[in-house]
Amino acid sequence: MEDILSQAKKVAEQAEVFQVSSKVTPVYFEANRLKQIQDKESTRTALRLIKGGKVGFAQASGSVEPKTLVEMALETCQFGMPAKFDFPNPRVYPKIDTFDLQIDALTIDDMVELGEQLIANIRQHTSDILCEASISRGIASVHIINSEGGEAGYNKSIFSLSFEGVLIKDEDMLFVGDSHSSCHPVLDFRPVAEEVIKQLELARRNVSISTKQLPVIFTPHGVASSLIAPLVSALNGKLVFDGASPMKDKLGKQVFDKNFSLWDDSTLPYQVASYPCDDEGVPSQRTPLIDNGAVSHFFYDLQTAALANTKSTGNGSRHGGLPAPSPSSLVMVKGDTSFRDMVIDIKEGLVVEFLIGAEQGNILNGDFSGNVLLGYKIENGEITGRVKDTMVAGNVYQILKRLEAIGDESRWVEGFLLTPCLYCSSLSVASKAG
Amino acid sequence: LLSAAITGYNTWTLEGEKMQDKIADSLKGRDADYIEIRLEESKATRIVYRGNRLEEIGRTSSLGGNVRALVKGGWGFASFNEANKLRDKVELAINQARLVGKETSKFSQSKPLTDVVAAEVEKNPITVPLASKKKLFDEYNDIILSTPKIQTSSIGYSDSQRKVTFANSEGTYIEQTKVDVSLRLAAIASEDGQVQQVGLSLGSQGDFSTAEGLQEQVKQMAQRAVELLSAPQAKGGEYIVVLDPVLAGVFVHEAFGHLSEADHVYENKRLQEIMVLGRKFGDKHLNIVDGATVPGLRGSYKYDDEGVPASKTYLIREGILESRLHSRETAAIMGEKPTGNARAINYLFPPIVRMTNTYIESGTLSFEDIIGDIKEGIYAKDWYGGTTSLEMFTFSAAEAYMIRNGKIAELLRPVVLSGNVFVTLGNIDAIGNDLQMNQGGGCGKREQSPLPVSNGSPHIRIRRCLVGGS
Repeated sequence: MEDILSQAKKVAEQAEVFQVSSKVTPVYFEANRLKQIQDKESTRTALRLIKGGKVGFAQASGSVEPKTLVEMALETCQFGMPAKFDFPNPRVYPKIDTFDLQIDALTIDDMVELGEQLIANIRQHTSDILCEASISRGIASVHIINSEGGEAGYNKSIFSLSFEGVLIKDEDMLFVGDSHSSCHPVLDFRPVAEEVIKQLELARRNVSISTKQLPVIFTPHGVASSLIAPLVSALNGKLVFDGASPMKDKLGKQVFDKNFSLWDDSTLPYQVASYPCDDEGVPSQRTPLIDNGAVSHFFYDLQTAALANTKSTGNGSRHGGLPAPSPSSLVMVKGDTSFRDMVIDIKEGLVVEFLIGAEQGNILNGDFSGNVLLGYKIENGEITGRVKDTMVAGNVYQILKRLEAIGDESRWVEGFLLTPCLYCSSLSVASKAG
Repeated sequence: LLSAAITGYNTWTLEGEKMQDKIADSLKGRDADYIEIRLEESKATRIVYRGNRLEEIGRTSSLGGNVRALVKGGWGFASFNEANKLRDKVELAINQARLVGKETSKFSQSKPLTDVVAAEVEKNPITVPLASKKKLFDEYNDIILSTPKIQTSSIGYSDSQRKVTFANSEGTYIEQTKVDVSLRLAAIASEDGQVQQVGLSLGSQGDFSTAEGLQEQVKQMAQRAVELLSAPQAKGGEYIVVLDPVLAGVFVHEAFGHLSEADHVYENKRLQEIMVLGRKFGDKHLNIVDGATVPGLRGSYKYDDEGVPASKTYLIREGILESRLHSRETAAIMGEKPTGNARAINYLFPPIVRMTNTYIESGTLSFEDIIGDIKEGIYAKDWYGGTTSLEMFTFSAAEAYMIRNGKIAELLRPVVLSGNVFVTLGNIDAIGNDLQMNQGGGCGKREQSPLPVSNGSPHIRIRRCLVGGS
């Protein structure tokens, strides 16, 4: 890395080298039994240059000659965007726990045993279910150095357990699933098993639902698969700057329900989306995005923040290219209503557990529309079964403007979202008749 | 505890006899039912615009490989960047496979072969200077941004050249080089807190000229985004829908293509009963094909990532399920013929069963025949995306119109459509005579996305299709 930086400094005004190395060992179960063990080692090195006030970029997976990388980046410099920022000089970083030494003690046998226990537990409940599971342990090291003397880095351990099951009766398929991830190796299969068994219980029989406006409860998985994509895009500093976000002129304004608050938090200990510095070497922080219904911050990387005349929120993230604003962990603030009380309140309604296709609509406008892959019908204050061949459609701004209630319990889903259940009074539900 | 500062620059390349010897040497004297090695060298260029900013222009290179081993039905897989550890990685993969394998390996026969396949390129994007690419995209961007009420734009372009060297313990040695081009443009219109967008996705295997000459299409795209601002939303419910060739291609990919991938079926007895060959899925007019041997498309190739020659497979012929897509393992376990559909997005992943070029064959009807007798329905065009759970699927149109009394009527906001595979294919009651292939976008499965594929169809009509809406 130092070699690349010193060669780059000779030809450019500023330079930054980013390197991430990882070693991941996933164990896969298919059709209820162990199928494959993998071992993945990789190293990626990225060089960002500022020359003539413009940004150049090159990246190599695997080994690369420093000279080659510098030449590749230089070639792109002449066409690059004008740099509005400087690479960070030496900073003080918060101490964020992202590495648990116990990950090294976790053996393949441990992981295999965990998968077997999980599958056995769920099949004990429903013997006909066909299970897929993966258990993975990994270590990643991130290191950043730049020409302004900035240097940052950290190690992260990542453990994950995920489960998907399918139950087929005639031509009816029921999909259930859950996952858990942490920087700690978690050898307890029960939280995932309990969630899956809960889904199986609620979906025991199929029932039909009306095509009309109905009250809807989104479970934590339901929130993740329906509402988060449009919300995240609207709060992205880049889309705001471009004017492509409906939130562009809403900073400080009351747009959402007064009980609705959302944080971006990269500082939570042992969460897989946490870090002491982002991918540009900016210290991590907790950022209130929506504070009691008012839009309070957008999230930024260095370049976008400079364009928007504000500061980076430590959300510069690389997904194969230059850093761009991206959320870390999202935390929705809990409310005071239990799931049970929400259900009791509803005469006819729907619980959305998994929605598919919701991210395929015009998410910029906050619209979402999807097929209810797993959802339950509520009749007279009780869940009566699973609904199928049903679509819901709505707009996140309308839904979140007035929430009937917010759940009093939160759950991590997809590794990056901590959310309670959300209860909204009316949403368009369309179901296939008969 | 920082260990990322690795400074070993012992670069290696895939050129020449030396690597072939090294591979052969690392496979020698091993105790496994099957071993394969895949080494990959790729170069890519990426250009991204947002609004009037050229936001990213970058080059990437990648060098890596993997070993996959099969022992008693269990698989081990190891991927790496350092080829000098090849022998160790072969051993690691075998040891992992041993931990897993407790049965008998089933793996279909494939004749050992040696071949070198050069990239088929018309206008190689690698030879087009960055300055020319930028000039072209600047022009498109100006067209979008000069349209009144357009708030911003986005353009994402990438090209890549990928050389894959494949060798296995049966003696097969194949080198294949492919060049891929993809372009996505979007126009974003905004007014009174409303935001609407329309996109255009294109792609090709090795021909930059696909990305050229789009000025008129780009202009229409921007105007359409503006028109959407004042368009109403469809009312949710069941409709007769007519899909244009692009969206019908996405439909066939999601509604049936994924369910044809044998890895969903091969260990699932119940699904095998449902997906039994010979089962009727649609009317006689319905023919669905997948084939990497269809020349010149983005999903075309000569050999798949298990070294099996590509084929053209009738998934549905005259409404009847005829065959499915296989890897060597799924074919052997199901006692069917391998089809050469095992593909890996890159060296970080093992090959899994994937589609290539998937389409509904042309029928006989004209567009007028198809919409002529519809009293009220929806004409859905172009696409945002699609997804499936195998049984239920959704696919979204980028453009939609009401059909009233046999005529295209008012523009609607984009709609998301949904169906159930066991019902919806049988509800196709008209197939046009105007097959077109769509080469934009890419397919995602498990963690592997986006894989270059194409899909297509003529215009089709579906009775009782569920549409999400207000």
